[in-house]
Amino acid sequence: MSDTSTRSEPAPPEDLSAVLVASMSARRVWKNRLASLWLYTSVVVALIPLGLVMFYVVQRGSELFGLSFLTDDIPVSRRELGPGMGPAVVGTLVITATASLMAIPLGVLGAIYLNEYGKKSRFAHSVRFMSQVMTGVPSIVMGLFIYTIWVLTFGQSGFAGALALACLMLPIVIRSTEEMLKLVPDDLRQASYALGNRKWRTILTVVLPACLGGVTSGCMLAVARAAGETAPLLFTIGFVTKANLNVFDGPNTALSAQIFRNASVPFQGPQDRAWAAALTLILLVLALTTAARWVSSRFATAHP
Amino acid sequence: MRSALEASSGAGRGDVAFKVLAVGSGVTVLAILALITLSTAWESWPVFQQQGISFITSDNWNPNAGEFGARAFIYGTLLVSLIAIVMAVPVSLGIALFSTEIAPRRVRGGIGYVIDLLAAIPSVVYGLWGVLVLAPNIAPIYQSIADSVGTWPVFSLFFGAPVSGTSYMTAGIILAFMITPIITSLSREIIHTVPSPQREAALALGATRWEMIRGAIFPWSRGGITGAVMLGLGRAMGETIAVALVIGSSPQITTRLFASGDAMAGYIANQFSEASGIFRSALIALGLVLFLVTIVVNVMAERIISGFDRRMQQA
Repeated sequence: MSDTSTRSEPAPPEDLSAVLVASMSARRVWKNRLASLWLYTSVVVALIPLGLVMFYVVQRGSELFGLSFLTDDIPVSRRELGPGMGPAVVGTLVITATASLMAIPLGVLGAIYLNEYGKKSRFAHSVRFMSQVMTGVPSIVMGLFIYTIWVLTFGQSGFAGALALACLMLPIVIRSTEEMLKLVPDDLRQASYALGNRKWRTILTVVLPACLGGVTSGCMLAVARAAGETAPLLFTIGFVTKANLNVFDGPNTALSAQIFRNASVPFQGPQDRAWAAALTLILLVLALTTAARWVSSRFATAHP
Repeated sequence: MRSALEASSGAGRGDVAFKVLAVGSGVTVLAILALITLSTAWESWPVFQQQGISFITSDNWNPNAGEFGARAFIYGTLLVSLIAIVMAVPVSLGIALFSTEIAPRRVRGGIGYVIDLLAAIPSVVYGLWGVLVLAPNIAPIYQSIADSVGTWPVFSLFFGAPVSGTSYMTAGIILAFMITPIITSLSREIIHTVPSPQREAALALGATRWEMIRGAIFPWSRGGITGAVMLGLGRAMGETIAVALVIGSSPQITTRLFASGDAMAGYIANQFSEASGIFRSALIALGLVLFLVTIVVNVMAERIISGFDRRMQQA
């Protein structure tokens, strides 16, 4: 579009300047093409890692992936070939679920405080700022933190890992929920007050339902992020080869922790299991991400 | 109507209770951040007492002799983050500009999805791919670069031998994949706030698309994009698992990008489970240093971005 606009410039009156403009134009056109090339190349460059990683995970992971892989115990000997990641699947599910049970209510309530009570007060401002800062706290630091305040006293357990994951999820839930609460028009709140509803009832029965789709989608993205995290689990959950359904007692394991453990082992069996575990983890995370996108697009038009 | 009134009469207690719950949740955030600082500082106190400032200025790290100078790890963290930023920023800006300035609506949605997917892949999966696929395949490429460019003066400082598949460079490449989504999506939002009349005015003056980007978009969004890049930098410094797998785990201060190294977060991840006593304190101290550095970077980035938001709202 802009290429043609440069070529159709009106001809200047004098010959000399006409030559100047013409040569400048060629330069401008050339620069413009170079810039366009940069933009197109960037998109292709971003697709390469995505494509390569997905290709290898699917190709190497599908060798072992299957029902017995998802349910069998992890082989005790590292040299053993064949499937078995059941305890890690169980661990990932129960630990992430426990973390979600802690982080989602707390995060939604925190967002309600920010948007419905604190608003622009100084304290709300600092909470908002700190939760944004907290989003950037390295996940390994969360692991060290839970190690020092929990594991040193109570020992390793799935719950300790869930605490660390909950700390990571909390700011994400707060941020996305507050964005959604902001979108709810004030008219709805006023209409509810006019009907005699108290503030807490207004929030629970009018405001939250009005933005439920967005809040749900934000929470699902937070769960997806937590399910893939490794660093906070490394020193908090320990290691088992048999499934441990009790999050509060005894060590546990998780898919991400198993991938990390097996990735640097120079044996065929563990590496195969790591790839298949990676496939499992990616399927889980992608399902959550895609569902979140679907939920938010499905409910995006629910209110103006 | 009547029942609503009845239900809410005397429900003032409900209001108070709910408000307390909400405020309490807000306070939790501040409490967690304060607790992180206090508990890690407490656990790492023995090391700071023993080493003093030399914990960050010395590069003599010898756990068996009880000597802890973490400079090599700090250097490694900064170096890999820098490599990642240098590679990720042009690509991220390119994608952001492509999706705001060139792509039709439908393609824009597709790009958004690709960026989301890139962000959704867990870091341990990038690490697995990096150590089992990328590292062995990229080592010959490093070797041929080291054999040609690496023999020229000056260039040999950065591209010379020794060469290893798991190296600063490999860690930087993997990190670049991981921070591209966040820089892209933030700068896309910022570029989106450039008012359309500004674009149209530039085009109406006969500017090419590139001149419009340079004259109308960059001046308007420079601050916000700087903030986005800093946020990416913070993410890169804190990224643990992928780096732990591909950096090569041999702490050394060198300008040679193809050499093995180590970084703070990765070293903690690799060593912590076997550590005890003063060594464990030293690793927690390393975590504290990492925490403080990323907090400073993030606070600066958020300041820039939120200041930018305010300007946007006033405009």
